[in-house]
Amino acid sequence: MTDLKYRLAPASEMSRYCFPNNAVSGDASRCVCLIDSSTVEEINHIVHNGGLYKRPFNEAFEETPMLVAVLTYVGYGVLTLFGYLRDFMRQWKIEKCQNATEREEQKDFVPLYQDFENFYNRNLYMRIRDSWNRPICSVPGAKVDMMERVSHDYNWTFTYTGRVIKDIINMGSYNYLGFAQKTGACQEAAAKVLSQYGAGVCSTRQEMGNLDKHEELEKLVARFLGVESAMAYGMGFATNSMNIPALVGKGCLILSDELNHASLVLGARLSGATIRIFKHNNMQSLEKLLKDAIVHGQPRTRRPWKKILILVEGIYSMEGSIVRLPEVIALKKKYKSYLYLDEAHSIGALGPSGRGVVEYFGLNPEDVDVMMGTFTKSFGAAGGYIGGKKELIDYLRTYSHSAAYATSMSPPVVEQIITSVKCIMGEDGTNIGRARVQQLAENTRYFRRRLKEMGFIIYGNEDSPVVPLMLYMPAKIGAFGREMLKRNIGVVVVGFPATPIIESRARFCLSAAHTKEMLDTAHERTWKSWNRYSLHPK
Amino acid sequence: ACKTEGILILWIIRLLFSKTYKLQERSDLTLKEKEELIEEWQPEPLVPPVPKDHPALNYNIVSGPPTHIITVNGKECINFASFNFLGLLNNEKVKSAAQASLKKYGVGTCGPRGFYGTFDVHLELEERLAKFMRTEEAIIYSYGFATIASAIPAYSKRGDIVFVDEAACFAIQKGLQASRSNIKLFKHNDMADLERLLKEQETEDQKNPRKARVTRRFIVVEGLYMNTGDICPLPELIKLKYKYKVRIFLEESLSFGVLGEHGRGITEHFGINIDDIDLISANMENSLASIGGFCCGRSFIIDHQRLSGQGYCFSASLPPLLAAAAIEALNIMEDSPDIFQTLRAKCERIHKALQGISGLKVVGESFSPALHLQLEESCGSRENDVKLLKRVVDYCMNSGIALTQARYLEKEEKCLPPPSIRVVITVEQTEQELDKAASLLKEAAQSVLN
Repeated sequence: MTDLKYRLAPASEMSRYCFPNNAVSGDASRCVCLIDSSTVEEINHIVHNGGLYKRPFNEAFEETPMLVAVLTYVGYGVLTLFGYLRDFMRQWKIEKCQNATEREEQKDFVPLYQDFENFYNRNLYMRIRDSWNRPICSVPGAKVDMMERVSHDYNWTFTYTGRVIKDIINMGSYNYLGFAQKTGACQEAAAKVLSQYGAGVCSTRQEMGNLDKHEELEKLVARFLGVESAMAYGMGFATNSMNIPALVGKGCLILSDELNHASLVLGARLSGATIRIFKHNNMQSLEKLLKDAIVHGQPRTRRPWKKILILVEGIYSMEGSIVRLPEVIALKKKYKSYLYLDEAHSIGALGPSGRGVVEYFGLNPEDVDVMMGTFTKSFGAAGGYIGGKKELIDYLRTYSHSAAYATSMSPPVVEQIITSVKCIMGEDGTNIGRARVQQLAENTRYFRRRLKEMGFIIYGNEDSPVVPLMLYMPAKIGAFGREMLKRNIGVVVVGFPATPIIESRARFCLSAAHTKEMLDTAHERTWKSWNRYSLHPK
Repeated sequence: ACKTEGILILWIIRLLFSKTYKLQERSDLTLKEKEELIEEWQPEPLVPPVPKDHPALNYNIVSGPPTHIITVNGKECINFASFNFLGLLNNEKVKSAAQASLKKYGVGTCGPRGFYGTFDVHLELEERLAKFMRTEEAIIYSYGFATIASAIPAYSKRGDIVFVDEAACFAIQKGLQASRSNIKLFKHNDMADLERLLKEQETEDQKNPRKARVTRRFIVVEGLYMNTGDICPLPELIKLKYKYKVRIFLEESLSFGVLGEHGRGITEHFGINIDDIDLISANMENSLASIGGFCCGRSFIIDHQRLSGQGYCFSASLPPLLAAAAIEALNIMEDSPDIFQTLRAKCERIHKALQGISGLKVVGESFSPALHLQLEESCGSRENDVKLLKRVVDYCMNSGIALTQARYLEKEEKCLPPPSIRVVITVEQTEQELDKAASLLKEAAQSVLN
């Protein structure tokens, strides 16, 4: 197989598109023709025999308009100046300091926090702190009830009024297939297991914590994914941070995507392997790193690397992009490296039967060496899993940090996963699972299309149920979130440091439980909230 | 002056036009050579094969709930292996509180605490824990291991110094590794060794006072050590804290709900003011028979974790039914404080009964509910010791007492403890059962080790 070549749009045009010229089949190509700088027409050819992509791959990350970038920097500049002013006033006791302080007896200890570290926290984050940690008091389904809280001192402290805001359309919870329910088959099964087994386990998997329920779950998950064997863990974050160190160590190389989740980064760091970062979803960058690694070996000693592990995610939750899996697998096979795929957001959400990003691209699950995912998002439970060949899972059963030292999963949570997986697979005798997967896909397409028609800048892949809507300006982060809440819609807003400093965004998470009416309401109120603070989206 | 400026300008011109060397692409390899290298390179297999009889590979299968009477591998036994100290795993009130929560909230929270994953049960549990431990604030995590492993790196960064006991558990070791700080190990429970290290650090500080002013120092210890069953000498540690200006982080997974008159842990046991400890971390998976963990302390310290604790910010929150189970367990702990005394009495009883077994020695305090039985004499290699202890455990399992060996990752531990059998005491075990266990262990040791 020859090298995959890329043609990038010239930098003078204001969009960022990466696309492959598949030299294998010769005729397959996808190109972007720029008609003028403000509209882009995309011509897709669906790849047939032997091509890598069996369906169109439409991903867009419109570059920040220059004016908006400048205004955003100015906004942050003003906030920083005010921040210094307020710090000055606090230091000279002109303004009351609301921060918690060190004990009198420990005032001569080395300070626990550096003043500068907390600058962002005190002066920027504190202003819009009410956009996060919003407490809810009902099941996190399509509609949710929230506890009303007010602050009389600009978000330093909150008090609960006691009132409950009912029926907020929930576009912030990761409830892709709508399994967050308080009634239904899953909840009843979980209740039964809870009364039989209790809530906790009080032991680790390797000692006395391996229940028959865990074995049942693992066999089912392996069958669901189409792999030989699987192992389940109590926390998705810990699945990454405790198993990557078991797989790679010193002398190995990890190639990690720029925008990987904190758990993957922590796992990679704890392993002791060398880490190299490739540009987000950029196959050219990945190939260059692979080539350089094998040709030049380890730095300084020039010894060959023991193994190379590529870390990617199925759906990136801040960008809404889907990994270019066919190309990654082609590269991994060519350069004999191993692939670790984190399907936290894509399992259950992509693919005609909800089997994840591997099924979405029509690929063979055996090509992915380590298939990792979580049960929190599409299954309405908690925990994570790793699936792969039997040798891999046997090794993890013996050497995973979680198996030896961490308590195993709670039985009612396990039962919730078992019931929801069976539902998605159709093994419970109903069509509910299939219908939900289809509903999610329809909701995704409809929602994204309507928002784009309204003129908003939306990032990510057309098929991704995570929809980031760009806000850019720091002032809009808090304002947009509050306006949407006033109109009874709950969205998630994110800014620095979770995103680059000028790319703050609001994020909608779609669910199969959302009806068309809810989506239309969401559209209308997004438009109204946006217009409250600016003239036109573009 | 003109001459020096002229030489400087010539030097700059020379530098601008000289070749730059990129460190990585030093080579002049041809394309063909590169392709050959790529062809030839063979990686190791992703994982080495694991022998089929590896002791950690074949798990015990527990059918049904892991309560007082447990069915392991098809055989019904009395449970001496699960950390269910207060017997709350099977408690009907706890289960019905969890059921009520399940009916109201479903199972999962579908998001991290920052994004609509904060439920009123979480806030209630945090308040209750803070009130119970008599601190200002508490923060809960959804996984016990992640609690201390996220708390330590939130405060201690590269360049800071942490003094940690050798027998610290694996979660603490991972937290320290993630923090990238300088780790100084002191001998287990040896305050003289710790003081020596602190004095050495003091002399270092005097050489470089500017650096010393910004280097944070911490001591990390456990209340009751998981690996040895010992208690840490907290009063002496407090004295060292104020003498050398070091902060103390206390890990109380085994001592929370066990030590102290009301189960508040080692600070209540020694009668120490809880504000003297900077951070107390514990998991809710032992005495509280739920899942997850918490940290408690002053708001000044705990609030920082809400933005810097990785396991808190980047992970889904604790399922509400488990939080409700923990709240109910706390209620029971507050309503019946005599269970702690009962538990301690049972621990003393079995500690005494297990003395004098030929071939096995008891490791742990007399009031510790998690003891270790180690071989008095090793048979040469760790592998053989493990096999011998397995035979003792199997003998006991066949006669109706469920025991387990303490499991470690041998290559990953900093100071690997010797192989041992874990004996766990719970309030649900009757005196006859305790005596039966002790006599069975004596028999097993006789038959296997002699």
